[in-house]
Amino acid sequence: MIRVNNIRKSFGEQDVLKGIDVDLYPGKCNLIIGLSGSGKTVFLKSVLGLHNVDSGSIEYDGRMLGDLDKNETKKLRQEMGMVFQGSALFNSLNIEENVGLPLNFFSDMSLKEKSERIKFCLNKVRISDDDFTKTPAELSGGMQKRVAIARAIILNPKYLFCDEPNSGLDPETAIVIDELIHEITHEFGMTTIVNTHDMNSVLEIGDHVILLQDGKKTWEGRSEDILTTDAKSVVDYVFRSKLFKQMRSALKK
Amino acid sequence: MIYRFFEGIGEYFLFLREVFSRPEHWKEYYRSFLREVELLGFSSIALVCFISLFMGAVVLIQTAINLDNPFLADSYIAIAVREAIILEFAPTIVSLILAGKVGSNIASTLGTMRVTEQMDALRVMGINPASYLVLPKIIACLIFFPILVIFGMGMGLTGGYLAGDLLNLVNTEVYLSGYFMEFFPHYVTYSLTKTLVFAFIIATVSAYFGYKVEGGAVEVGKASTKSVVAMSFSIILFNYILTDLIL
Ligand SMILES: Nc1ncnc2c1ncn2[C@@H]1O[C@H](COP(=O)(O)OP(=O)(O)OP(=O)(O)O)[C@@H](O)[C@H]1O
Ligand SMILES: [Mg+2]
Repeated sequence: MIRVNNIRKSFGEQDVLKGIDVDLYPGKCNLIIGLSGSGKTVFLKSVLGLHNVDSGSIEYDGRMLGDLDKNETKKLRQEMGMVFQGSALFNSLNIEENVGLPLNFFSDMSLKEKSERIKFCLNKVRISDDDFTKTPAELSGGMQKRVAIARAIILNPKYLFCDEPNSGLDPETAIVIDELIHEITHEFGMTTIVNTHDMNSVLEIGDHVILLQDGKKTWEGRSEDILTTDAKSVVDYVFRSKLFKQMRSALKK
Repeated sequence: MIYRFFEGIGEYFLFLREVFSRPEHWKEYYRSFLREVELLGFSSIALVCFISLFMGAVVLIQTAINLDNPFLADSYIAIAVREAIILEFAPTIVSLILAGKVGSNIASTLGTMRVTEQMDALRVMGINPASYLVLPKIIACLIFFPILVIFGMGMGLTGGYLAGDLLNLVNTEVYLSGYFMEFFPHYVTYSLTKTLVFAFIIATVSAYFGYKVEGGAVEVGKASTKSVVAMSFSIILFNYILTDLIL
């Protein structure tokens, strides 16, 4: 479990995170939702330790981020995987090399074991063997996202972070990616944190949903409850669209 | 403005410290080094040779015209051409060319990696991006630039000889023998020392500009341009300082 205690983060004058407390559970998809600019990416990067928070603490199963020594930090890093908003594949390496890079750095596997592991992860995200030697630029956006997921899970991480894994994808591919993340999370018991503003994902895979608004957590709960809750923040955020208004009134009846 | 300048210098040295923090996975660094040698070194051979050949020819024509004197043997022209090429033209001009080609490439590659979050991706994996991405480039430049400059010297001297022969400006036999007269190997050492310093400047300054890019594609382009200006400026400055110190 990841425990986030009252973290604050500002850039210059601008307070982006204004004291967030939240627990993120293992074996579940923890979804962070909120408007563009509400601080989702900053929150995720702060939890990962890519941003230094101004105050507050982040605890990974009892290990306090920032208090660890070099070796402990290294070990923790190997337990983390991250899928970035823009995939962030290394464009000088081909698909295989991209996915295999963490293995080269952090495992003692033989060459054969490595290539088996790479193949396993890439096939898991439904990339076929023909595409292994292509460069990231030769893949479609959806495929790049899937390769990024394969790279994130190559070391069998305990914690998987995804920043808008299905933004910019067509609805069908978006669902494929969502299901993939859900499947991996439950299969390997990962603590998965997903940023999204796609309500479809929320209903589809959100085991635990956290609503961020203007740098604060304004609602937290199960996705089943999101359609029926009377919390003003959720009503304001979710039910602006006609479709959801209709769904809500239908459910209420 | 002046404050910004010194702040930049400070940041540059902090950046260098990060780059030279001890790498732990030599094998990966080595692999990346080989890629860089190909990318930064081999791909520049043709350009360097072409430029040096013509540079040598021009130096010869100008020297031959200026020293057109019946009492001066053509071997003296050869000596003048040789010194000009070895001392100055090969190391400095070739380095300036490489600053434009290799340096801007380093800056834009790293800048792109920064703005597309590839550096963050490395950091999440527990890999120090400054060291992993930049150190192999520095070493590749330090090893390969002197080789390029030696190529440049050879081609420059060849260019001078060919121009003298083709344009009938010198007696080729006398001229050729001049290349081997009063030769100080020390000059070559001086020239290669300069090259090493220039190589270090090119690799680190361009990497620094690329590494600290913030924003998007436009900022990457700007950083690349700024890095070429900064590199050219530093190269010219250090050229003066080193010549004063060593020669
Ligand atoms: N490195 C930074 N420096 C300064 N300000 C930043 C930085 N990163 C983010 N911000 C600011 O923090 C705020 C929140 O940004 P963030 O990227 O977290 O939004 P988001 O919720 O992820 O939005 P989106 O859904 O569009 O990705 C924005 O106002 C942004 O300007
Ligand atoms: Mg974001």
